[in-house]
Amino acid sequence: MIKNISNLGDTAVYCDFGSEVNETINSYVIDYFDHLSKLVKEEKNLGIINLTPSYNKLIVSFDLNFTNYKEIKKIIENLIIKKSIKKNKKKINVPVCCEAGHGLDFGRLNNKLNINIDEILNLFFSKEYFCYMTGFIAGMPFLGDLENKIRCDRLETPRVKVPKGSVGITEQFANIYTFESPGGWNIIGNTPLKVFDETNLKKPSLIKPGNKINFYQISKEEYLNWNE
Amino acid sequence: MSNTYFEILRSGINTTIQDCGRNYMYHIGIAVSGAIDQRNFKLANKLVENHLNEPVIEFAYQGPLLKLKNNKINFSITGDVIFKIIRNNSKVENGICYRNYILEKNDQLDIISTKNTAYGYMSVNGGFQLEKIWNSYSINTKANIGPNNGKKYSTEDKIFIKNSKLKNIKKIELNYSELSDNIVRVIKGTNFDYFSIKAQNQFFNQEFTVTKLADRMGIRLSGYNLENINKTNIKSEGLVRGAIQVPSDGNPIIMLSDHGTIGGYPKIGVVISADLDRVGQLTPGSNVTFKEVSLEEAENIFKAYNNDTNKYLNECN
Repeated sequence: MIKNISNLGDTAVYCDFGSEVNETINSYVIDYFDHLSKLVKEEKNLGIINLTPSYNKLIVSFDLNFTNYKEIKKIIENLIIKKSIKKNKKKINVPVCCEAGHGLDFGRLNNKLNINIDEILNLFFSKEYFCYMTGFIAGMPFLGDLENKIRCDRLETPRVKVPKGSVGITEQFANIYTFESPGGWNIIGNTPLKVFDETNLKKPSLIKPGNKINFYQISKEEYLNWNE
Repeated sequence: MSNTYFEILRSGINTTIQDCGRNYMYHIGIAVSGAIDQRNFKLANKLVENHLNEPVIEFAYQGPLLKLKNNKINFSITGDVIFKIIRNNSKVENGICYRNYILEKNDQLDIISTKNTAYGYMSVNGGFQLEKIWNSYSINTKANIGPNNGKKYSTEDKIFIKNSKLKNIKKIELNYSELSDNIVRVIKGTNFDYFSIKAQNQFFNQEFTVTKLADRMGIRLSGYNLENINKTNIKSEGLVRGAIQVPSDGNPIIMLSDHGTIGGYPKIGVVISADLDRVGQLTPGSNVTFKEVSLEEAENIFKAYNNDTNKYLNECN
């Protein structure tokens, strides 16, 4: 549950659910997010203009022309959270090609972790992951948790351009670069899957917080001939 | 389909369409976008008798050179901008901001540059013919969302203008002057106590300089390497416009309209809403000093800012 509520500037409420990162705390964040989203849909004039859930925080942005910190804080405090709102336990399979040079950081991971690439990939592909949040760039999912053995810091100097579709790992997390973007995660492969589709106005993001993700390996031929 | 349009003869550095922005998209990673300077955006619309949220052309530093095709229009430019109107008969008029003008068929509008600010705005009466995406016309070049496939305009692109009869709109010459000081008011951030007392004092008392790394995503500052005595990374969490993050090198970064929606650096402060227009207009090489205010003060300053905006809007009537 929320441990502390404070203000982030004059147009946002900062809800702190704790400092740890785990599925339980994150599911509280998502519960609040779901309830507030529903409330915003039902009552258009609350003045809430954005909700940003993350691992263990929820930021509620509002329009200072219509409301203020005190009012929105009160709404959050008075919210009754029922566990019943749709749970996003959907499972999504994500194909990844680790051949043809897509594993940009195999060398680095091999050095840092002291285990060979086959074992790193075995450990990576053997687990189901949980989506904690999406963001930074449109639709980018933050997934966890990686096996302890393959946890590695981000690059000392981030890449200026990480290719679109890159699958990266750092610390306990994995992600997918939905656009070409700067970034410092260790890249182990690339997915041909359209994870963010700006032409799909109703549902642009394939992966949502709370979803379960299973990565599986495909060959470079399958990658090149991928057809959604 | 309208047949009135601007042909872009020179695109300028960063010419896009902007309005008041796109809400309810932070949770999937899409920033608010929208005009960096909201007051000048609204004034541009008011000067040509538009709704205040009609999308306008935003340009940065060097603006576009536009040729009007097939019809005549009313337009206005706001900001601190040097521009010329090149009439079809080759006569050249020096433009003045905060006025409205008539542009005739085949006239050219040369938006040469902004002066002491980064962004300027151009509105046309009746507005542009564009498609709304997720409730906004703003172009977000980071996620390729919005008109023109979410990209900034290039030379030879066309920007269509809604068909509307040229109205006899009232001539307005607004006497607008922007307070020109370099003090930006800030509320302490959620990680303020991550910084040493020395760094906290530097942040609120010393001058910082805007570096060349300044765009619609954010502004990087230099001056003092703010010492972090806790940790230089936090678990990634949501950001807002105006949030000031300090990465491990100690140089603050101010988030602007196209910022990444989440970030993992400690937040030393957040610029108050009333000062966001001015912060966004800061140019590389200029100096800025942060002053601490409370939440209550920030809310009152915002009311005063709104009153000021309304005063200027009313002067256009």
